[in-house]
Amino acid sequence: MSDSFAAGGGLLSRRRLLGGGLAAGAVAAAGSLGLVEAVRAEAALPAWQTEPGLEVRPYGVPDSHEADVRRAIIQVYKELAPAYSFSGTPLHRLRGTITPSGLHYEVHHGGRPELDPARHRLRIHGLVERPLAFDLEALERYPMISRVHFLECAGNSFMNAHAEQAPQMGCDMLHGLVSNSEWTGVPLRLLLEEAGVRPEGRWLVAIGDDAPGLARSIPMEKAMRDGMLALYQNGERIRPEQGYPMRVLLPGYEGNMNVKWVTALQVVERPAHTKDESGEYTDLLADGKVIALSFTMGVKSVITHPSGGMSMSGPGLYEISGLAWSGTGPVTKVEVSADAGASWAEALLHPPVLDRALVRFSIPWKWSGAPALLQSRAHDGSGAVQPTRSEWKKRYSPANVNHNNSIQAWRVTQDGAVQNVYT
Amino acid sequence: MSTRNRAWIAATAIALATSGAEAEGPGLGVPLAPGEIPRFASVVLPDGAGLPPGRGTAREGASIYAAKCARCHGVTGTEGPIQPPVAPARQYAKPAGRHWPHATTLFDYTKRAMPFDAPKSLSDDEAYAVVAWILYRNGLVAEDEIVDAKSLPRVEMPNRSNTIDLYERQGEKPY
Ligand code: HEC
Repeated sequence: MSDSFAAGGGLLSRRRLLGGGLAAGAVAAAGSLGLVEAVRAEAALPAWQTEPGLEVRPYGVPDSHEADVRRAIIQVYKELAPAYSFSGTPLHRLRGTITPSGLHYEVHHGGRPELDPARHRLRIHGLVERPLAFDLEALERYPMISRVHFLECAGNSFMNAHAEQAPQMGCDMLHGLVSNSEWTGVPLRLLLEEAGVRPEGRWLVAIGDDAPGLARSIPMEKAMRDGMLALYQNGERIRPEQGYPMRVLLPGYEGNMNVKWVTALQVVERPAHTKDESGEYTDLLADGKVIALSFTMGVKSVITHPSGGMSMSGPGLYEISGLAWSGTGPVTKVEVSADAGASWAEALLHPPVLDRALVRFSIPWKWSGAPALLQSRAHDGSGAVQPTRSEWKKRYSPANVNHNNSIQAWRVTQDGAVQNVYT
Repeated sequence: MSTRNRAWIAATAIALATSGAEAEGPGLGVPLAPGEIPRFASVVLPDGAGLPPGRGTAREGASIYAAKCARCHGVTGTEGPIQPPVAPARQYAKPAGRHWPHATTLFDYTKRAMPFDAPKSLSDDEAYAVVAWILYRNGLVAEDEIVDAKSLPRVEMPNRSNTIDLYERQGEKPY
């Protein structure tokens, strides 16, 4: 069968993968023949064939052989303030789009509180007719909705934003502050309407019950449209790391605004300019100005297979695969280049392509064994396209790290190493 | 309109239709009297709403800062190693006393969140004093100027006119 190329550098037409799965299968089978024979030749039967297996257990965990599939820990002030800590999802070890709850990324400004769910209250007050308190038991009786949405820290990909040399790290460290879950909870609108928001109450400040009491201002319009008080994550109660027993969920907005362990919604007239919207989550522009209240996460993608730190196992057929997302709506297109951006081919978007959720993309690639530069470029329904790193850098001050949605480039060297490079 | 845009709008419409827009709650919220709203369930606003009684000066704040803050933010407030609040700061582009657009936020955050390992342990007077010290070190108040609920909202923060409210400018559209 002759190859049908979709772009330079060995990118193949997607038909080959969909219709011609045989070709890929044939390569894989040929490659593993030696191993099959070796297994057959073993004299002794393995224990799992000769003894009953283990009993059922009340809560399952991954196989012990997968123990190294873990979050990458980042503690920038480890000595003085270890609780100020992040952990990155190992995107390069996962397939599909849903992040297992135990691998969801974390960014804690003051550590993870262990609070008592029986004592926890959500209080709605400020510019409302009736200040109200809700406990978990009451909230359980409210109508709930379920949505798949990504959460991404505004500072995701911060190392690529500011390090002078491209850091040689994996996707967990470089881009792991993004995850995707099915969230279930009560529409914020129901709770806010019960309290009766006054006409001048155009903003609300969500306040968490963690040690520093994270507080963020949220437009009332957003809260009413699609804000959620999330109680469940991937079907079970929200993990402590994600805000047990309740958090705010604001589809498409920067992670920090999705206040974890939320205990108050203070309805106000104007933004409160809290600590995080005054400092850490402001963006520094090239002209010296400062942007505050930049809520929506821009369109973005990253190739996870292959990616930084991996090594290729010889020339031949591979599937390039990755994740794409946008805070403005569904991703409409992802293009992939294998020849340093000289040509691009459209990747397959694996359904379902959901609104403000991660989508998996893929494209078959025949690696010749020569050096290659792999990049992915996502588009969304608003017409936005991912910028290159140098285009992105030009718009911001050199010190800015937030909202870096620039294209990730991976260099594949002749000996098959996959490296982070700047373009 | 391209098929792609149409598909996008259709997806958004489906999302709205299923967003629970029609649902009604059982009305189980328990009414709260003003006295039942805990202090840290509110933030201080830029106009000073929420600031408590109390007062402090930079002169009083110096020793509090030295004892409770300098370890992490630097003896002079410029050296860190963690996010130094005094400008010009070493290797930090956003020193709070210079970068933040409202002085009221300094009080709200210091009282609520600092010192990092003992948040909410400062008295209101101590918090006013240490905020006064940060403002003084940034050249924004005098050493003996009284910082309290009346004077704090009036401090002119130098970066305010340099800060763009992106949501006001262009709504949800990313920069
Ligand atoms: C044990 C270390 C530690 C001590 C002591 C400490 N802080 Fe902090 N401080 C931190 C950390 C960590 C952060 C960053 C928190 C974050 O980013 O959410 C911070 C952030 C701040 C900020 C915001 C900085 C910015 O640029 O956003 C201010 C202001 C501040 N601290 C003031 C104080 C004051 C005042 C004291 C003394 C009363 C104090 N801190 C004591 C660790 C400390």
